[in-house]
Amino acid sequence: MLYRENGQFKTSYRADQQIFPIAQDRVVMALLLIFAVAVVPLVMPEYFFRAVLIPFLILSLAALGLNILVGYCGQISLGTGAFMAVGAYAAYNFQVRIEGMPLIVSLLMGGVCATVVGVLFGIPSLRIKGLYLAVATLAAQFFIDWAFLRIKWFTNDSSSGSVSVAGMNVLGLPIETPVQKYLFCLAFLIVFGLLAKNLVRGHIGREWMAIRDMDVAAAVIGIRPVYAKLSAFAVSSFIVGVAGALWGFVHLGSWEPAAFNIDRSFQLLFMVIIGGLGSIMGSFFGAAFIVVLPIVLDNLPYWFGIPIDTALAAHLTYMIFGALIVFFLIVEPHGLARLWSTAKEKLRLWPFPH
Amino acid sequence: MGFFLETLFGGLMAGMLYSLIALGFVLIFKASGVFNFAQGAMVLFAALAMARFSEWFPKLLGLDSKLLANLLAIIAAMLLMVVVAWVIERLVLGKLVNQEGVTLLMATLGIAYFLDGLGQTLFGNAIYKIDIGLPKDPMFLMESTFQGGILVSKEDLYAAAIAAVLVAALSLFFQKTATGRALRAVADDHQAAQSIGIPLSRIWVIVWSIAGFVALVAGIIWGSKLGVQFSLSLVALKALPVVILGGLTSVPGAILGGLIIGVGEKLSEVYIGPMFGGGIEIWFAYVLALMFLLVRPQGLFGEKIIDRV
Repeated sequence: MLYRENGQFKTSYRADQQIFPIAQDRVVMALLLIFAVAVVPLVMPEYFFRAVLIPFLILSLAALGLNILVGYCGQISLGTGAFMAVGAYAAYNFQVRIEGMPLIVSLLMGGVCATVVGVLFGIPSLRIKGLYLAVATLAAQFFIDWAFLRIKWFTNDSSSGSVSVAGMNVLGLPIETPVQKYLFCLAFLIVFGLLAKNLVRGHIGREWMAIRDMDVAAAVIGIRPVYAKLSAFAVSSFIVGVAGALWGFVHLGSWEPAAFNIDRSFQLLFMVIIGGLGSIMGSFFGAAFIVVLPIVLDNLPYWFGIPIDTALAAHLTYMIFGALIVFFLIVEPHGLARLWSTAKEKLRLWPFPH
Repeated sequence: MGFFLETLFGGLMAGMLYSLIALGFVLIFKASGVFNFAQGAMVLFAALAMARFSEWFPKLLGLDSKLLANLLAIIAAMLLMVVVAWVIERLVLGKLVNQEGVTLLMATLGIAYFLDGLGQTLFGNAIYKIDIGLPKDPMFLMESTFQGGILVSKEDLYAAAIAAVLVAALSLFFQKTATGRALRAVADDHQAAQSIGIPLSRIWVIVWSIAGFVALVAGIIWGSKLGVQFSLSLVALKALPVVILGGLTSVPGAILGGLIIGVGEKLSEVYIGPMFGGGIEIWFAYVLALMFLLVRPQGLFGEKIIDRV
């Protein structure tokens, strides 16, 4: 009843093309943002920030980046973890090697370095696609994992490849407590979310989608595959790189290459598939789902009083992930995001189905 | 020189095992166009089943013959792989007919995760031994030519022989039997094959069963060498560059690609590795395959797909 759009007339092109054309959506989004910025920091327990909210924010940022590449441009990538690692280690190097480097600048420079590496490993996509490209991006994963483990210069001569950062602050404001970290990540996510949303609905995004849907046809209507593919790789790895830097700096504090191993790449790919390929909203849903599911699975037996040992719980998580991926690919290839929009469609007509 | 040959030989042996896993990829890709990411998980699953069955059967049935126990375990594991193939066809592939390759790839990723979890839930996650009676003692070759001779493990030789027999049998099966011909027909054109009365779903079950069988053999050989544990499913990641190098649709390509990668990996680790701080085995195969892709995207023996943009 409340979600009704009759009477909302658009009299300008601008009004018709805005991100949330329905007034109720705008109100809900605004409320959600206010809730996330103002209410959540006051009411949530500290554990919740550390275990759920901060990983959720950073991983949704990474999933957002990956979704641009896989969901919008159709270039499957299994090397996301590596690009996150590049972001994290590059940001670390900027931080320790340049005196007085502002935190945000070094995080963004981490993103820039990831862009360079991402474009480099994206070059094969010009000649190969689909399955072959997946292997090419796996090459990035293994190579970069090894590089940070073995090449001492990257880790400032730490022997094990593990590095740590401390005493972060932005313009004199410290980022130490979970709430501060949460707000810091939230700010990044909001900025990049808006940026990504605007990119994918502009002409660049339409080029990506044309390449994804049929590259030959796209080339025929005048889209240059080289630019479209490489720009997708660049934008995607930039966002993924910044997410990686945040993951290292804000969430972990100290990390080693194993934090960005191939499991991370798969995890992010699953987020994108389950959340919704080619949907900004889907990246958030997917990240939320995959962050929360293991926690729920770990705790479920306790809530019901059935003790399960941790190894079994881990295996069950694997099985459920696997089954869910197959399930979503078969039943709802557009993921949770499509379920969400179907629900909204229904709500528009409710209570009269026709 | 002796050391070089020894390294070379070790590389060939490792390559043989990569080839075995790659073979599973190629079979499935040939017959259904699915890039089967789950091959590694299938190797782990089959090896786990085999290891545990060979442990359980003697206890359950009171057998004392190791040969009989192993034989029973292999048969049971094979049956299990057929069931797995059937379930995959029923629940996953049958529902994803006509989807794009990338969707199928992601579906097999899901299958891989599921099988990894299922295998460890059913069979446990410790390190298990497979002992099918391959001799473990090393052997020295050409002692007269080089000082000290070349150290070769007999086990490796047997493994190579088994792999060779397997490849020969598979080629014969593909070339000479009616089922083999049907498989090749499906590989060429799903629709045409279907229209002349070849049942697609049965063919897929057969192919996945064969891939399961290859996985079982690979799993037994790896398992008797290094023990069965989770890392086995990661070994399969090595087989990906092998298929890329050899060409996705070529059985000889899988064999040759495996050997090239096995040898290249060992030699580069020993001779180039120290310059970079070692451990380059991890990525060598991938970078080699990647560079090869740029020059010849279809691989060594792959079919050239003309797709101009």
